[in-house]
Amino acid sequence: MKIAVCIKQVPQTTEVKIDPETHTLVREGVESQINPFDLYALEEAVRVKERLAEQGEEAAVTVITMGPPQAEAALREAISLGADNAVLLSDRAFAGSDTWATSYALARGLAKIAPDLVFCGMQAIDGDTGQVGPGIAVHIDYAQAAYVACIEEISKKKITVKRLIENGYERVSLQLPAVLTVVKEINEPRTPSLRGKMNAKKAEITVWKASDIDAPEDKIGLLGSPTQVIKIFSPPHREGGEKWTGESHELADKLANLLKEMEVV
Amino acid sequence: MDYFFTEEQQFMRDVARDIAEKKIRPVAAHYDETGEFPWPEVKAMAEADLFRVFIDEKYDGMAGGSPIMNMCIVTEELSKACGGISLAFAATGLGTMPILVSANEEQKQKYLPQIASGTIAAFALTEANAGSDASGIQTRAVEDGDYFIMNGTKQWITNGGEADIYTVFAVTDPDRGARGVSAFIVEKGTPGFTFGKKEDKMGIRASATRELVFQDCKIPKENMLGKRGTGFFTAMKTFDMSRPGVGSQALGIAQGALDLAIAYSRQRRQFGAPISSFQGLRFMLADMAMKVEAARALIYSVARWIDQASPKKATAYSAMSKCFASDVAMEVTTNAVQIFGGYGYMKEYPIEKYMRDAKITQIYEGTNQIQRDEIGRGLVAAAAQSGC
Ligand SMILES: Cc1cc2nc3c(=O)[nH]c(=O)nc-3n(C[C@H](O)[C@H](O)[C@H](O)COP(=O)(O)OP(=O)(O)OC[C@H]3O[C@@H](n4cnc5c(N)ncnc54)[C@H](O)[C@@H]3O)c2cc1C
Ligand SMILES: Cc1cc2nc3c(=O)[nH]c(=O)nc-3n(C[C@H](O)[C@H](O)[C@H](O)COP(=O)(O)OP(=O)(O)OC[C@H]3O[C@@H](n4cnc5c(N)ncnc54)[C@H](O)[C@@H]3O)c2cc1C
Repeated sequence: MKIAVCIKQVPQTTEVKIDPETHTLVREGVESQINPFDLYALEEAVRVKERLAEQGEEAAVTVITMGPPQAEAALREAISLGADNAVLLSDRAFAGSDTWATSYALARGLAKIAPDLVFCGMQAIDGDTGQVGPGIAVHIDYAQAAYVACIEEISKKKITVKRLIENGYERVSLQLPAVLTVVKEINEPRTPSLRGKMNAKKAEITVWKASDIDAPEDKIGLLGSPTQVIKIFSPPHREGGEKWTGESHELADKLANLLKEMEVV
Repeated sequence: MDYFFTEEQQFMRDVARDIAEKKIRPVAAHYDETGEFPWPEVKAMAEADLFRVFIDEKYDGMAGGSPIMNMCIVTEELSKACGGISLAFAATGLGTMPILVSANEEQKQKYLPQIASGTIAAFALTEANAGSDASGIQTRAVEDGDYFIMNGTKQWITNGGEADIYTVFAVTDPDRGARGVSAFIVEKGTPGFTFGKKEDKMGIRASATRELVFQDCKIPKENMLGKRGTGFFTAMKTFDMSRPGVGSQALGIAQGALDLAIAYSRQRRQFGAPISSFQGLRFMLADMAMKVEAARALIYSVARWIDQASPKKATAYSAMSKCFASDVAMEVTTNAVQIFGGYGYMKEYPIEKYMRDAKITQIYEGTNQIQRDEIGRGLVAAAAQSGC
């Protein structure tokens, strides 16, 4: 079985800075890391591989990311955590991709790998949309389940998962191939192993340009992005409200007066 | 300071540090309180290949020719977060050493790959009436056809009950004194081999310390380690190799306590200033740091020497590394509690545990009196030999 994991390299801090002129994230000088949710996706992929091995079936885990050449570091780290192969989608033509174009490009890359199962994080801690996983599923025409908290059963053809929903769980069975996005509850990620680190050092990272994945220029990058960011800003901190204490009839009077003052009653 | 680790050793340090910080530190207080055995953390160490660092490549290990130095690097990192949990690793190293020292090829093929992949081991010498004087052991192994029948009780065995592989020392030939002791590999589950009392301890509470009970335990002859009567030699050679490991456990505990003390001193304010601004306190930190660094330099030097030169007898230097580092650990952890003041005395803060954990390193694998005795004996013998 072929398993793929989409990982995104994101800034270390959760306090991302925004360039006031270009309205894009300032990435220079910020240490990067693998998007935390993607570590759970990767761990689950490696566990599925181990689980299949116990059932006597071989599996390989390929990590894929779309990003600048520096994203190679994230891919090597993923190998130290148990991935077997790594693919970097890197091309100037991908720059400025919105979530549609990002998921399109990833879907093209994945189509070339032809995995049976694709794992994504539930969202990226910088972009935060949670759209890329489901977007990939649509572009590549795979079944999908988002917010997966547990894989209950897996066979060559079918997978049964528990999805986290508003007030409980939903059990879903999907035909493979499928895309899953996972929540933190799904596992406890391991730390790198020694053999993983050695493999990561030696690994050859495959790099694909837009032309390698047959992604036409008008479907990727700025050209292929139907949305446009007009402005990104940090919202001002909300002031704490006022707190009144006292007897209930006093408080009721006080409130009534305030509402009158505000001319809402 | 840069101690010029090989790239592999840097990986070992980083892998161990990740486990220490992410997996062990958050649960150290829990295990200290409950005294449960830290299986999930041991599994994490195994998955991360840490048990491979002291085993040769031929047996699925990754020692790269420096088993002792690697063991020290990993033990130190793990011990910074918890000196008890780290012992599950270090005592497996101790239990493995007799196999490295004296096992034949078949025994190595059978047991070392298991240990490399995370089956834990234990070393069983001490008995109720044989501590510092290990030659006084009374556990007997009597030859009977294809077996040895073992009877006796081992006391205070680290990883006891949890380990699957035990290296056990017993008397095969009572009339031959120290030359009458033989070493055996005993697997958990061997009929007649059970576990007795589990100790409730002052420190390293995450470590299991337990009695091993042998009652007509039938041990296949092929499980004898080395020749009959060489058990005592195996034990002594094992200690030569393992004592830098105890030193590195002490070193890790000391460094962990020093790190916490420095952080606390910058944050705690008295007399309108952080206590780290007081010279009296900075002098304390400086002394602690100097001693920790000296211990590290000594341990690494001895470990590298043993790995690279395979000296016939490393006893004196190996004893120095253990004795010096454990005395440093006791002093540094005591002063770390002092720097925390009254808060340091409270279990709510992590520092008093370091002081409790440090103490054992002055006691086991030979008390520090015994280490000094070995060192002094060596000095006098060497002087006598050179005719001064
Ligand atoms: C108009 C527009 C222009 C943009 N221009 C830029 C720009 O110039 N530079 C820039 O850095 N960002 C830009 N972005 C942001 C970029 O589109 C998003 O970061 C990206 O689409 C991923 O979305 P997200 O971060 O919300 O991921 P989510 O949808 O929240 O991520 C969910 C999961 O999808 C997977 N995933 C997400 N992104 C990737 C990836 N790149 N590779 C592999 N897997 C991934 C991961 O598994 C992740 O956990 C732009 C966005 C818009 C809307
Ligand atoms: C937590 C723990 C874990 C242990 N794990 C193991 C294990 O895994 N395997 C194992 O085999 N053993 C283990 N031991 C046993 C340990 O090695 C012994 O406790 C140690 O060797 C000391 O022996 P003793 O306790 O009998 O002290 P004793 O020998 O009774 O010593 C008592 C005191 O007398 C001093 N003394 C004794 N002889 C001399 C001398 N000649 N000169 C000067 N002073 C002397 C000692 O230094 C000590 O201060 C463990 C012990 C503990 C507490």
